[in-house]
Amino acid sequence: MKALAAAAVAFALLIALALLAPQWLVFMAMLALAKGVVVLGLVVLMRTGLVSFGQGLYFGIGAYAAALLSHQWHIADAAVMLLAAAAAGGLLAALLGLLLARYRDIFFAMLSLALSMILYGLLVKSAALGSTDGFNLHARTFFGIAFASGMERRVFLIAGSACAVVAALMVHRLLDGHWGRLASAVRDNELRVSYLGASPYRVVYFNYLIAGTLAGLGGALAALAVGHVDPETTYWTTSGEFVFIAILGGTQSIMAPFVAAAIFETLRTIASQYAPNVWQMSLGLAMLAIIMFQPAGLWSLAERWRRSA
Amino acid sequence: MRMSPSFTLRAAVAAFVMLLTVPASLAQQPIKVGIVTLLSGPAAGPFGVPARNAAELTAEMVNAGTVPAPYTQKGFGGTPIELVIIDEAGGPQKQVAEFRNLAPRVDIVIGYISSGDCLAIAPVAEELKKLTILFDCGTPRIFEDASYKYVFRTGPTGTMDNVSVALYLVERNPNVKSIAGINQNYAWGQDSWADFENAMKTLKPGIEVKTSQMPKLFAGQFGAEITTLLGSGAEVIHSSMWGGDLEGLVLQGAPRGLFEKHKVILSAGEPAINRLSTRIPDGTILGARGPFGPFAPDTELARWLKTNYQDRYQVPPNYASFKIAQAILGVKAAYEKAKGAGSAAPDQDKIIAALENLTFEGPGGTVKMSLGKGHQAVMDAAVGTTKVEGGQLKMVDVVRYPAEKVNPPDGVKSEAWIKTGLKK
Repeated sequence: MKALAAAAVAFALLIALALLAPQWLVFMAMLALAKGVVVLGLVVLMRTGLVSFGQGLYFGIGAYAAALLSHQWHIADAAVMLLAAAAAGGLLAALLGLLLARYRDIFFAMLSLALSMILYGLLVKSAALGSTDGFNLHARTFFGIAFASGMERRVFLIAGSACAVVAALMVHRLLDGHWGRLASAVRDNELRVSYLGASPYRVVYFNYLIAGTLAGLGGALAALAVGHVDPETTYWTTSGEFVFIAILGGTQSIMAPFVAAAIFETLRTIASQYAPNVWQMSLGLAMLAIIMFQPAGLWSLAERWRRSA
Repeated sequence: MRMSPSFTLRAAVAAFVMLLTVPASLAQQPIKVGIVTLLSGPAAGPFGVPARNAAELTAEMVNAGTVPAPYTQKGFGGTPIELVIIDEAGGPQKQVAEFRNLAPRVDIVIGYISSGDCLAIAPVAEELKKLTILFDCGTPRIFEDASYKYVFRTGPTGTMDNVSVALYLVERNPNVKSIAGINQNYAWGQDSWADFENAMKTLKPGIEVKTSQMPKLFAGQFGAEITTLLGSGAEVIHSSMWGGDLEGLVLQGAPRGLFEKHKVILSAGEPAINRLSTRIPDGTILGARGPFGPFAPDTELARWLKTNYQDRYQVPPNYASFKIAQAILGVKAAYEKAKGAGSAAPDQDKIIAALENLTFEGPGGTVKMSLGKGHQAVMDAAVGTTKVEGGQLKMVDVVRYPAEKVNPPDGVKSEAWIKTGLKK
């Protein structure tokens, strides 16, 4: 009930933002939301103790699925793009999960990284898709309704908010119940879970599927916001960025990925504007500070504040 | 401290005077120009930083009114300009975000070296209705696949780089029978090779393509590729490499006789001159993506950039430096044309109207905004051959190709134009 109320408040705030904020803020919120959705999936995976350095694979698949719809088949409906991207991410994760769910720790991380770099290599070699230059995409309708001029990104943000809120609620329900405890148990002692009669493989597989679907959705949200796709979306630095955001926020809360993604985008923009020569270092220092002083993520600050209040 | 009445009075008068001067200083608000160039990453050294340096130098001298004619007026039409510089690194997604943040803070944006960034930025500039000048990226797709009102490119496209080296080669070696290529495996390398290959097939039907090596971008090591090229039996080897990869190719290829056994074309080799200098073997055909650097015409504007840049940064300006100076001077020309004799600052639409189809002088020579409905520049192309004379690398046998000969007519796509005979 409390989660539902929080979700309703967040959704209302995001709609207000989408309708009232200046365009640049709408865009940044959209990008933060897209990354938040991907990181939400990563957090689900982290509950089982697995870190994927290859979420860029699904992020890129989602982005290219959305873009190809408009580019190859001339379907320019944002809703169709979002659904297709989530489906594409989910399908690929269902396939690759069969293999990846067998691996743990560094092997899982490296294998996921390798798979995303294979897609990167394929995209770079495909001159028809613009190679490293990528190509533009245009969404002109949402569920068949054409956008008023200048409203596209505001509509995208509302649609993205709806997706994100629904996804967050579903993940919250899932992790709050039996499944979430099972996931933590897999992380803590997999052997014991097997002896209790549950299948760790199934838990990991299913969580990987969720992470892939959400990353696909996030990829389409980002592609809609940016209006351009390129292989950079599948590159390991993009995947690393998602892990960065997950660590920045911490894995305890469903809200944390979104808050952390917003902080990350703001931090990066401020660093780019005011320290154009050392913006990467500024981000790196922020990362170091988090790991040294708040190893459980920024969300632990909120938790501590709530407990003391 | 107790204030004396006279001090209070003076302070009040001073404050009043300051208030009076506020509107005057508002009228003298500088024109803010956003500069986006690579300040970090592998392309920062050869392109990004030389471009930033030239932008700072040009802005300073434009404001001081010390640029040669026809740019002697201070600032843009008397109003000083102020640069807001940001880093282009981080990929198109980040660049779109940064562009959206930058656009409300500046009057004009000049930038972008990467073609991927240019393709992503152009529709956003159009959406935000912000005058945006692309200065370096090469892909002709920008104005061939779409048309824009607010976007211009004051540098020529990559098409003429490879068409001009192909023409140069065929004029010198009319009996050339086989070619091979080594290009970086990403959009720039793929497009450059496709342009060169197609141009050669048009100019010499039946030419044999022995091999096309596509090593990974920033691979740095080309031992295997050089072996393949040496064994391919091709007469000519084409490469559009730049930066560390180009240095790697020259330093690893020269000792193995790659440059002696074959005629080597480096279509974007000019920025490497400053670092490699005499280590580039004699007889290498070199391009500079336009009449820049050592190919610049002997004009007062070219001498102005070369001397001042050399004095300040202790290296000669390369083509990235030339191209950003050219972009700033082009906007200045359009701004002053739009302003005319009047004293009011022209609005953006007037500047756009003035820049469309404009012909202006840059440090690399005449720039004609004649493609893409007046939004895409063409320039003459220049190609030369390297020769070490007295311990210094010289460009000899330099040939200039008029812009019309190495660029497609407006409305014709580069790829189709090259394949269908390079006709005017």
